[in-house]
Amino acid sequence: MHDLVLTGGSVLTDKGIRDVDVAIVDGRIEAIGSDLGDATQTIDCDGAWVGPGFVDMHTHLREPGHEWKEDIASGTAAGAAGGYTAVVAMPNTDPPIDAGHLARFVADQARRSAKTEVVSAGCLTLGRAGERMAHLDELWDAGVRIFTDDGDAVRNASVLRTAMEYVAQLGGIVAQHAVDPDLSAAGFMHEGAVSSRLGMYGIPREADNVLIARDIVLAKMTGARYHVQHLSTAEGVALVAAAKGDGIDITAEVTPHHLMFDHEDVRSTDSNFKMMPPLRDPRDTAALIEGLRSGVIDVVATDHAPQAATEKDVPFEHALNGVTGLEWAGSVTNGEVALDQSLFFDRMSVAPARIAGFPDHGRPLAAGIAANIVVFDPEVVWVPANTVSKSVNAPYLGRELKGKAKTTIFNGAITYVE
Amino acid sequence: MNHLLSTEHLDRTEIEDLLDESDGFAEVLTRPIPKVPALRGKTVATMFFEPSTRTRMSFEKAAKALSADTVSFSPGTSALSKGESLKDTALTVRAMGVDLMVVRHKATGAAWRLAEWLDIPIVNGGDGAHQHPTQALLDCLTIRQRFGSLDDLRIAIVGDIKHSRVARSNIFAMTTLGAEVVLVGPPTLLPIDPEAWPVTVAYGIDDILDDIDVVYLLRVQTERGGGSVFPSLSEYTSRFGMTSARFARLKPEGIVMHPGPMNRGVEIDYDVADDDRALILEQVSNGVATRMAVLFRLLGGEHDA
Repeated sequence: MHDLVLTGGSVLTDKGIRDVDVAIVDGRIEAIGSDLGDATQTIDCDGAWVGPGFVDMHTHLREPGHEWKEDIASGTAAGAAGGYTAVVAMPNTDPPIDAGHLARFVADQARRSAKTEVVSAGCLTLGRAGERMAHLDELWDAGVRIFTDDGDAVRNASVLRTAMEYVAQLGGIVAQHAVDPDLSAAGFMHEGAVSSRLGMYGIPREADNVLIARDIVLAKMTGARYHVQHLSTAEGVALVAAAKGDGIDITAEVTPHHLMFDHEDVRSTDSNFKMMPPLRDPRDTAALIEGLRSGVIDVVATDHAPQAATEKDVPFEHALNGVTGLEWAGSVTNGEVALDQSLFFDRMSVAPARIAGFPDHGRPLAAGIAANIVVFDPEVVWVPANTVSKSVNAPYLGRELKGKAKTTIFNGAITYVE
Repeated sequence: MNHLLSTEHLDRTEIEDLLDESDGFAEVLTRPIPKVPALRGKTVATMFFEPSTRTRMSFEKAAKALSADTVSFSPGTSALSKGESLKDTALTVRAMGVDLMVVRHKATGAAWRLAEWLDIPIVNGGDGAHQHPTQALLDCLTIRQRFGSLDDLRIAIVGDIKHSRVARSNIFAMTTLGAEVVLVGPPTLLPIDPEAWPVTVAYGIDDILDDIDVVYLLRVQTERGGGSVFPSLSEYTSRFGMTSARFARLKPEGIVMHPGPMNRGVEIDYDVADDDRALILEQVSNGVATRMAVLFRLLGGEHDA
């Protein structure tokens, strides 16, 4: 008797995409095939894609220190509702995750309350101050594989070089919030026709581009694995493509909001379109979509960044940066980029799990592996009306989206069902 | 018209109706008793989150000339300094029973937020470097009184256009009324995308001066004089200032305008500012009449009913 059988879906398996059933027992996939026998529970997946649960390399769970925005329980519940089974928690909490005991705190809290697997990223520098190395060895021993001062770039090239050399020897990844702090300092939105019309200080594309270019040079020098967070410009995509061609160990992510929106949406001065890097020009959006399709951009990462109403229901310039995204990233990627099933799961699950180092996630389904699975209907059109996050700073609410996570299974347990 | 937030989407008829109304109120202001009972019983709140004396006084004078009551808000002495949000401040003042708010705020879009949060007309008294629509209306009124019409006039707006809500408001109002606008300034103070605006651009005032009807000087923010966006104030004056020598080259009917407060000796020579063809004080007087027209338009219909 199986615990659960998924029937009738189009399943991404280790032998390709097949119309088969999937049986789950004790948290693992027991069998894949047809006529698998009786189960305590059966879920009809007719018309849906079945594949490895989504993996987010870039989530702000806000715990510890900012629990009024989100916590590990609410953030991972939002993840489960969006089809995620694993997330990397960004370390710009209070205190920032710059030492081993802090990363272990996140892991302990997650064991108690999370609906997905959670691994914390660690800071590159102490206190995210950009000056001295964080406790990189301690963090590594606590399970950290991604090191970043996300929320800020490491401004000092010499500090970054040293940190890259150290992380390279550990085998980790240096992930950069690739926005130059000086070129972006005064700005609130993309520098272009809309900022000019609104009289608002802009952030030029070059703020991203100069930092990515510098970091690529340093990655080549140090041999570090380098990951560009939330790519936003056409030139950034070209820089990553050229670096890959040059044999540099580089990966890149794009957020769902940069796939769906552009600076025209900021004309409303609605603060739910304020984030860093900013929404750019439609030509950048087109380049990001093409980059994700071609694989120059490896993954979709949400940059899920909950902010409370008191931090968003204010004039645009006063609002904090960030939008939530875990619940809608799969839908937006499906609707905006229209990938086939295998590429879709590659960008949403397989590649992020491989880069972030989640051995039990992002694997095409096969007998014997952990049952971390999403059932995703790529055709359904729906309009999200609410959120399970603690925060409502979501530009997707009230908009038509295409595709939806129907059921999410984490280690064999159903964490979300529509 | 439910609010006055921007000149960008006003059409020619809407602007001309407001200017006609302003001319009428300008006449009221010349009477022995410069006051009409049009808005008796109404309350206008001036919510200036950014320091301003002249614009606030102008709105309050306009409201009083229409017999409205005024209440005012100043950030320095308010609950804002105790951490109250803009939204709560606005809701609180509304709950006192005000009928219209004039808002000035350093953030772009602040007036739009108030229009969303509240159920009364909002007048944008200046939001960041974005819009300041009553300034543009009073400027157009001043030009129209002098020339009869803005059609085919050539107007040069000179100075820090990039950071100017006065320029952004005037560009739309003036061109909608048929004028041709030339932006003049150093590249660091011009919009980054001049081709997207209904204007032409010149980098020196001497190239275009002979052919200009109105020279509209913007205030140089002297705190920008330290080499951040132009080399020095004296170099600014030598390239863009309305010096006596340049003023002498202006056509005989040409005029000079300035939204104030002006820096004599920087963007405008001491003597030029006092010349009969510098209409700076007419602009100020017209400001009251224009704001009467705006308040009357937004509150008056209901009163007459």
